[in-house]
Amino acid sequence: MNPKRKNRLFMASFLLIGVAGSIFALFVALEQNLNMFYPPSEVVSGVAPIETNIRAGGMVEEDSLIRASNSLKVSFVLSDRAGSEFTVYYTGILPDLFREGQGILVEGELQQDGSFEATEVLAKHDENYMPPELMSLAEDKQNNTTEG
Amino acid sequence: MVPEFGQLSLCFAAALALGGTVTGYLGNLTSSDKLQESVYSLVVGQFVFVLLAFLSLMFSFLVDDFSVAYVANHSNTILPWQYKISAVWGGHEGSLLLWIWIMTAWMMAVIFTRLSYPKYFLSNVLSTLCFLNLGFLCFCIFTSNPFDRFIPLTPMEGADLNPVLQDFGLIVHPPLLYMGYVGLSVPFAFAVAGLLQRNIDSSWARLVKPWVNLSWSFLTLGILLGSWWAYYELGWGGWWFWDPVENSSFMPWLAATALLHSATVTEKRGAFKHWTVLLAVTCFSLSLLGAFIVRSGVLTSVHSFAVDPERGTYILAFLTVVVGGSLLLFAFRASEAAAPIRYSYFSREFFMQLNNVLLISSMIMILWGTLAPIGYEVITGDLYSIGKPFFNFFFIPLMLILAVAVGLVPLLNWKRTNSSYLGKRLKSLLPVTFVLTLIVFYMLDFVLTTVVFCCGLAIWIVVNHIQDVYRRIQESISLSRSYFGMVIAHLGLSVTLIGIACTSVLSIEEDVRMAPGDQQKLGPLNVTFKELINVEGPNYQAKRGVFDVERSGEKSKQLLPEKRTYSGRQVMTEAGIDPGFLSDTYISMGEPLSGDAWAVRLHYKPFVRWIWFGGLLMAFGGVLSALDLRYRRRKVDKASAEQTVIPSHGIAD
Repeated sequence: MNPKRKNRLFMASFLLIGVAGSIFALFVALEQNLNMFYPPSEVVSGVAPIETNIRAGGMVEEDSLIRASNSLKVSFVLSDRAGSEFTVYYTGILPDLFREGQGILVEGELQQDGSFEATEVLAKHDENYMPPELMSLAEDKQNNTTEG
Repeated sequence: MVPEFGQLSLCFAAALALGGTVTGYLGNLTSSDKLQESVYSLVVGQFVFVLLAFLSLMFSFLVDDFSVAYVANHSNTILPWQYKISAVWGGHEGSLLLWIWIMTAWMMAVIFTRLSYPKYFLSNVLSTLCFLNLGFLCFCIFTSNPFDRFIPLTPMEGADLNPVLQDFGLIVHPPLLYMGYVGLSVPFAFAVAGLLQRNIDSSWARLVKPWVNLSWSFLTLGILLGSWWAYYELGWGGWWFWDPVENSSFMPWLAATALLHSATVTEKRGAFKHWTVLLAVTCFSLSLLGAFIVRSGVLTSVHSFAVDPERGTYILAFLTVVVGGSLLLFAFRASEAAAPIRYSYFSREFFMQLNNVLLISSMIMILWGTLAPIGYEVITGDLYSIGKPFFNFFFIPLMLILAVAVGLVPLLNWKRTNSSYLGKRLKSLLPVTFVLTLIVFYMLDFVLTTVVFCCGLAIWIVVNHIQDVYRRIQESISLSRSYFGMVIAHLGLSVTLIGIACTSVLSIEEDVRMAPGDQQKLGPLNVTFKELINVEGPNYQAKRGVFDVERSGEKSKQLLPEKRTYSGRQVMTEAGIDPGFLSDTYISMGEPLSGDAWAVRLHYKPFVRWIWFGGLLMAFGGVLSALDLRYRRRKVDKASAEQTVIPSHGIAD
């Protein structure tokens, strides 16, 4: 094999291994970091997997917010206002725009007992803004109310 | 009256842009001097009319003309005047107007340097820019007119400007970022013009290089200001979130960084010609894609203004025309096989190639991570989000490899580097790096391999570059501005690297419940919540916490974080920050708990400023490089200009 070809072969195999490696890594990383979104009905009915990092969303039920007296533990109830609801536990500071009666998004793990341990709570940024995940929920709700 | 005047000006500008597009190309086809030169005045006209439109909108803001819908939605009578001005670009329509005005400003800059370019080339460049500007103007006029009126339902008082936008950072962040985004249209136009004339070579690269440098520097400044703004204004203490909109500014930045290096190779060695052109096209396409992501509302983000499918469709169509057209052109015109330019593995060319591979891979990875959720939704109908670990997982290792390579750059020659020479220099450089890293290791009383490793890489870059400057001075090799620019930008990279590594690993963050009188330990600091007071601002009311921060053996400092409620009833967290060269202390008020107690966020962030300081150095290096003397004084005299001209039938075929 002449040196030029050898060189090319080296380059080509280097590239091939690099590309294959990155594609493999891409899929592994994607697999681990893809968080699926579940509406309250699926959280309650058991469609949502347990003890896996997922996102869920819903409306914060009025008067459901309970704070611990000596720490930053809070719990509140998320519902779709159509009969499905679940309790969320969270330790930390809630966002400025967290309100009872508003749509919010939580990220974390669903527990055996049906409660949700959130690692992150996301609220709407302003009146015009709604996470797209909740938009369909809001639309469904509208449809339900018009039908009902 | 004034808004109508602004509206009319915009329409005039669009007409002139259409004129410019046609005249320039036609002038080249017919080889008509008059047509070619008339483009200049058409460009000046666009600049003036867009400026008039922009000023009309600003005037409407300053006089509180709430009959203009955009003003009513983004301002009110008690908004301080400087925010009334920045509110002009606080929403979708106005920021688009700013975008267009900056576009015309870049076109003016091209006109100012017109003597450096061959005439036919310049015509093609200006026509392309006019075409792009026409696209933006139509977008503005037809889908997002800032001058739409609220008549007869004129409100007495406007809604408020989103309080997180009422800030100095927002006055400067969007204009600088847009300077970068839109500036990338110039290399794009140069690429199109070069392809049209089948004239991509090292002299083309020399013409395009300063424009790449400048827009890259602006983009760098824009991104770092955005990061700084997010840090102090959003109340979370984070400086980067891998938010889709951040990503959409970061992707063109990565591509532009690749372009910067690839254009250097094309300029110096005539290699990577097609790749450079492709990158120039990619950069601008990515900034358009960024615009699409932000404006269409397909993705969730702090920055998404309103969700409007019509706008998304328009941008997508425009994007298709621009990207598709330029890629087609590329396919037809860049096909001639170029003579291969040889270089060995230990050469600058090879390392530039490595740089490009790494930068573009990370760009593609970020692109994937940003767009994949949309793809999944379209295919499966399920909603997904991609977590931050995904981005870190790829980006960090790729950038660390890049840092190793950056450190080697000053040791390498073009074409090939003698291995014994390389070995000789490494023999002195490696021990220095190693010893300095050991000192860092010793100074951090706790053993943290990640930080030490990153600091070691940063030291590696610094040592190699400084030694190279020293060597050049000793061997009295001339030091050009572009060389200094390169050195400063690379030093900036190492400063940012140290900042990122230290902040990410060494930060201490505590979310705690505190009532006035409470004390809390935060790393080496003692934080005391003194009292809670009520404060009245010009257009908000605030609860202000008074905190004393004490470091053992030093005088205590007072931090005053606030929780503000604005006139529009929006709530905002204003953090209290004690900035420092080595560390920041950051306190923000979370939410009121029972009684006087508050949830308080306490952060101790070492070296966080270094992230932005490094960015400043990079931007400065970029500008310095663009000012290199070899890019100046290059007036094309008439004779040589006509020699380089391709006859008109060559363009038409």
